[in-house]
Amino acid sequence: MAEAVRIYPPKPDKVYLFGTCLVDSFSPQTGLDAIALLEHHGIEVVFPQAQTCCGQPAYNSGYDGEARAVARSQMDLFPASWPIVILSGSCGGMMRKHYPALFDHAPEVVAFAERVFEFTEFLRHVVQPTFSDQGAATRVTLHTSCAGRRELGIHEHGLALLDQLQQVQLVPHDYQEECCGFGGTFSVKHADVSAAMAEDKTRNLVGAGVDEFVSTDWGCMLNLNTTLEYAQQPLRGRHLISFLAERIGVTQPLGKADSEKLFAEVAR
Amino acid sequence: MKQQPEAFHPNSTAALADPVLRSNFRGAMEFLRNKRRTAFAGVNTEEGDFAALSRRGEAIKQRCLQQLPELLEQLEQNCTRNGIQVHWAETSQQANEIIESLIRARNGRKAVKGKSMVTEEIGLNEYLGDRGVDCIESDMGEFIVQLAGETPSHIIMPAIHKDAGQIASLFENNLEDTPYTEDVDQLIGIGRQQLRERFQHADVGITGVNFAVAETGTLCLVENEGNGRMCTTVPPLHIAVTGIEKVVAQLSDVPPLLSLLTRSATGQKITTYFNMISSPRKPGEQDGPEEVHLVLLDNGRSQAFADEELRKTLQCIRCGACMNHCPVYTRIGGHAYGTTYPGPIGKIVSPHLLGLDATKDLPTASSLCGACEEVCPVRIPIPKLLQRLRVESNHAGTAEGIVRGAGSGRKPLEALVWKAWAWACRHPAIYHRGASLAAHGRKLFRFLPSRWKTQRTMPQPAQITLHAALKNRQRRSATPCPQEKIS
Ligand code: SF4
Repeated sequence: MAEAVRIYPPKPDKVYLFGTCLVDSFSPQTGLDAIALLEHHGIEVVFPQAQTCCGQPAYNSGYDGEARAVARSQMDLFPASWPIVILSGSCGGMMRKHYPALFDHAPEVVAFAERVFEFTEFLRHVVQPTFSDQGAATRVTLHTSCAGRRELGIHEHGLALLDQLQQVQLVPHDYQEECCGFGGTFSVKHADVSAAMAEDKTRNLVGAGVDEFVSTDWGCMLNLNTTLEYAQQPLRGRHLISFLAERIGVTQPLGKADSEKLFAEVAR
Repeated sequence: MKQQPEAFHPNSTAALADPVLRSNFRGAMEFLRNKRRTAFAGVNTEEGDFAALSRRGEAIKQRCLQQLPELLEQLEQNCTRNGIQVHWAETSQQANEIIESLIRARNGRKAVKGKSMVTEEIGLNEYLGDRGVDCIESDMGEFIVQLAGETPSHIIMPAIHKDAGQIASLFENNLEDTPYTEDVDQLIGIGRQQLRERFQHADVGITGVNFAVAETGTLCLVENEGNGRMCTTVPPLHIAVTGIEKVVAQLSDVPPLLSLLTRSATGQKITTYFNMISSPRKPGEQDGPEEVHLVLLDNGRSQAFADEELRKTLQCIRCGACMNHCPVYTRIGGHAYGTTYPGPIGKIVSPHLLGLDATKDLPTASSLCGACEEVCPVRIPIPKLLQRLRVESNHAGTAEGIVRGAGSGRKPLEALVWKAWAWACRHPAIYHRGASLAAHGRKLFRFLPSRWKTQRTMPQPAQITLHAALKNRQRRSATPCPQEKIS
């Protein structure tokens, strides 16, 4: 359940970034845009290279021991007292709500969880930016992950941030609060039920008549984008962070040549 | 009822392919959600809003559960003092035997039943039917379901899976001199007529209980049709059957729970009938049953009770709100679960009633979206309990599994994969090497065999990982870049 009241710290000089495993592998651009947005607002971003995954996949699948071991290894990577900004409502919920439970509410874990902020929450309440929209007129709708919505209440943050963009028309879609059907291993273990949910969700997104949809969770978006692709629908979703970064003109697209060169390096 | 949760996979797939069923459920759930929303929107400030009310409901149920053994004893004492005879049943079989012997003792042949999920749980109709006692359902929804030879698909609205046309044909084909009509009022009229006669000739009335008050020895029954009132007053013998978790300490615990129950279930401030049964007919009284019995059923509940976390399962007041809001239930309906209690509550309670071996597909059949927890009037953390049952099923936690059938869902290969995955997550060099390889071979992803692909394409990793991109930036840039500064 969403927390009642959270006291927000003043804007810090430095933050840690937790990119999440899905951003790392499926959308590095989201991570770069997050950094660009934070730097644009005068915040230095520290990205511990040893980070991997928050452990949620194991936790949700009922492998507590594995989840705990992964959680412990991640917590060790953020020793300074800076806020930890995380690029997913779902992983944010894992760190804020489930880490403490996994460790019997040990004080140091509770203190760690206190420092965790989902990106849009951090942006809205700690950075408190004023955007000037530089994009062309467009219509978008927001999909919020269930963990983000119900564990952290972040749908409010996304809406508030988008509301600042003068040229963006925010369109609601039917059954907004209903799950997209992802749910991690649920989408494979109960693929038919999951697909039926994704089908309904994409139909409602398409029905909103928007140019694109945005979300704060790559888990939902992988599910929805691949369902849309399968159904040969042109609509796609992208991370709210990338959308914001583009609208205010701070995005730094990963160049194709650049990434190919680097890719050769990494593969070596 | 024949329980077959083992068939959840084929049953849910079949249900998804049935457009009539899907539209019946979608429409009905929509209707119930709206009713509930309106009911709580109208709650006055003196009582508080839903959040405050549900906190209160949770506190009451938790307090009562904390003293469950004592309260049950107190309930027995006070019921006995009132002339209500109390019986204890550890299993469904025992409960059925007790009920049969009570009916036999009075040479009963005809029973009328009020809506009761516990009697569905123990399979009472079938048990009595096999032994020559005719058991007729008197709740309209239950009556329809019984006529169709089915089981309830919802704990509050047993026949919600049927539309008016289906009910019209059912009546036309199974009841004498009944023309086809889709007029709902007429259909209800037809049902009522049938039931009137049954009440007049019944030897025994059987009902459930919503709240059993320990302090006073009172059985509370919530209903809308008056059939519960008939069952508990017209026949000479009344047998109430309930799970042990329905006991509350005092009469003052009832109104807050009742208000939460009716608003959550049907969006009503109060139901048409609220029955309080405190004794059989007393000398000199004109009506009421000559004997009243209470059968208290365990059937796996004490197993949930024994664990502090799983005990929360027993807070349930059976309002059905969790199923009305569940995206899985909304799409597959109640029968696919193959259990008496479907939906989110069914997933967390059935493993205790039937064992995890039979029900291991239920706790995994959830995206853990949390819609159920959000509306639960007694704040049961359903997603957390589902996660816990997954641990029990894998037997992968530190604690030994305590649920019957724990470990039955364990798949050695799956367990190994998670172990390896967790190991890689703790060894960043290996993990990132793997992520880079995945990026390298991203075009091959679409050839991966997976059930994911039934109605989706396979997602492709990006060309490089965020880690690699940032390393690159760090390497080539003179200005400080995001990097690891703490060793
Ligand atoms: S679990 Fe909660 S919402 Fe579901 S039936 Fe029980 S009380 Fe109602």
